[in-house]
Amino acid sequence: MAFAAFQTAEVVPQAPRKRSRIALFLLLPGLLYLVLFFVTPLISLLLTSLQAPAEFGDIGQYEYAFNWQNYVTVMSDYWPHIVRSFGYALAATVFALLFSYPLAYFIGVKARRWPMLQALMLVLVIAPFFISFLLRTLAWKQLLSDESFIITSLKALSLMAPDAHFTGTPFAVIFGLTYNFIPFMTLPLYTTLERLDLRYLEAGSDLYANPFTVFRKVTIPLSMPGIVAGTLLTFIPAAGDYVNASRDFLGGPDTQMMGNVIEANFLVLLNYPAAAALSIILMAAILVIVGIYVKRSGTEDLL
Amino acid sequence: MSVREFAERGADLELVGIQKRFPGFTAIEELDLTIPAGSFFALLGPSGCGKTTTLRLVAGLEEPTNGRILIGGRDVTGTKAHERPVNTVFQSYALFPHMSVLENVAFGLKRRRIGDALGRAHEALRLVELDHLAQRRPAQLSGGQQQRVALARAIVNRPALLLLDEPLGALDLKLRRQMQLELKTIQEEVGLTFLHVTHDQEEAMTMADTVAVMNKGAIEQMGAPAELYELPRTSFVANFLGQSNLFTGDVSGATDAAITVDIGGARVVVPTARAQRHQGRVTVGVRPEKVTLLREAPAEASEHNTLGPGRVIDASFSGVSTQYIVSVPGVGTVTVFAQNTGAGPVVGEGAEVWISWPVEHGFGLDDVPETEGRFAADDDTTSIAAQRREALVAELEEG
Repeated sequence: MAFAAFQTAEVVPQAPRKRSRIALFLLLPGLLYLVLFFVTPLISLLLTSLQAPAEFGDIGQYEYAFNWQNYVTVMSDYWPHIVRSFGYALAATVFALLFSYPLAYFIGVKARRWPMLQALMLVLVIAPFFISFLLRTLAWKQLLSDESFIITSLKALSLMAPDAHFTGTPFAVIFGLTYNFIPFMTLPLYTTLERLDLRYLEAGSDLYANPFTVFRKVTIPLSMPGIVAGTLLTFIPAAGDYVNASRDFLGGPDTQMMGNVIEANFLVLLNYPAAAALSIILMAAILVIVGIYVKRSGTEDLL
Repeated sequence: MSVREFAERGADLELVGIQKRFPGFTAIEELDLTIPAGSFFALLGPSGCGKTTTLRLVAGLEEPTNGRILIGGRDVTGTKAHERPVNTVFQSYALFPHMSVLENVAFGLKRRRIGDALGRAHEALRLVELDHLAQRRPAQLSGGQQQRVALARAIVNRPALLLLDEPLGALDLKLRRQMQLELKTIQEEVGLTFLHVTHDQEEAMTMADTVAVMNKGAIEQMGAPAELYELPRTSFVANFLGQSNLFTGDVSGATDAAITVDIGGARVVVPTARAQRHQGRVTVGVRPEKVTLLREAPAEASEHNTLGPGRVIDASFSGVSTQYIVSVPGVGTVTVFAQNTGAGPVVGEGAEVWISWPVEHGFGLDDVPETEGRFAADDDTTSIAAQRREALVAELEEG
């Protein structure tokens, strides 16, 4: 749904008027699906978030009400998690962009002359998808645990303090998020960079721009559609992620994100209204952030 | 000369022993060229002849394998494109799609930190009469307007040397004529050195002071347009620049004033000064519009060459002139352009005619055209390999 904001920028309705009925008819299955599986759960979630504990009820029993104080409560209880979620997601997005841009540039621009190399590198970018990301994240946990070869070696070389940990730290969570979302960042960047017309870069250098300025003034603006798509595909799921930050994976008690507290409220504490209110807050915050971002990035005429 | 300052006037360009090899083929064999400051110089040649590569070498977008490039006496061979006092009007215009027309034009000025970039950009846009579209994006302009923006974006920088890479190629004929005149006017006004690459011989001849005809990575002949046309030195120039009637035969007599060539029994006289070779097997020629068609055998005259009798095998009327193709036994076919002035005979196909031209209009070439006919089969492996290579060269030239 966050993509709705993203989509409006490029939709240019050109359909002739006469066919609008057929178009509506063709849209019907999709609309029906959305009503059933998107609008209905959303309303249900909204109603749940306003529920109040049932009088004389058990734990986990709630009744419909207009208990908006739920929002105030979760905000005051969980504001560090909310801040942390967006902070981690932002950091992971920035790191993924810094890592993916040169990679995508190499595959999409430098490797153009060797289509085989291009294809091979793309396969390598996508290859991790063949293994469940839960397994991959678990594998990282193994590799980076206190007893692992990497960490013991780093400690032996005094590059890490003897009592330091890697797993359970914010750094480990951001690392995991970055790693898991790199393909989502790389692929959209690749598709824009692959179409980048190198003659614009030549024109830039012909007009006295040094390579760095050409990159800043020509390459980056022309690859904005890829940057916007890649950062959205990374930021949105990363903000709601509850795997990397979980204690069972790379996280610890101090790295819990919104996804983790929603999960805990829903499955452990059975505080459904709190979980629902947190979900709504997460969704609304993402929508607002993405909306501002797309508006500010000014990519409408490039999309 | 630094890129930080405006060029007061054009600079001369000197290419010394330039060679450019790409993996698998040589785009430029050996090129020596001097373009004087303030001139309008055209590099003319078919696609794949190395002219665009030459331009890219001068712009700094390619590095020569061998040789040196000097602009205004300064060796720029090792410098990058952005350090050279040179601007290019690209064939594809390459206007930045994410910037407005004004931002495009001001781009070079801003990079050089020249004061009042926007004011100067507006001024350049006024010169090409597009200031009212300054806030538009390039995609919102027509092809001709984009071309003018590309021109404004280059000349606003007052480069010592302006490179034009077939900039009029995408325009329709009328706009093209108009732009040719505008370009010429601008060049005279600002006094810059223009290096114009084109495959359009008419464009090169009408606009340039000096034309260099390029073929297969080397310059075949260079000179003023009229000089090149009147006195081509090679068969390539004779045929690429307009049309020519070429005859090959052995020199049967040579004096200080003229050489006589035996063409299938007929004698053709060419002034010695206009012939490149004076003995052995030579090719001589004459332009079709210099040839007159006669219905009767003319009297022998020393100041005219006469061939015939022959038969008109084709006559095509094109308004201002009629093109006749005359088959002369022992000589081959001769093309004649007859102006439709009312003077001279009007004949139909099959008519028996003689052809004649003044001796002083003939020219003798340095080479002999390839003996193969124009429509000889070229489907053997060698030819196919050569064609492939040519296609590749052309592709690289364009890309």
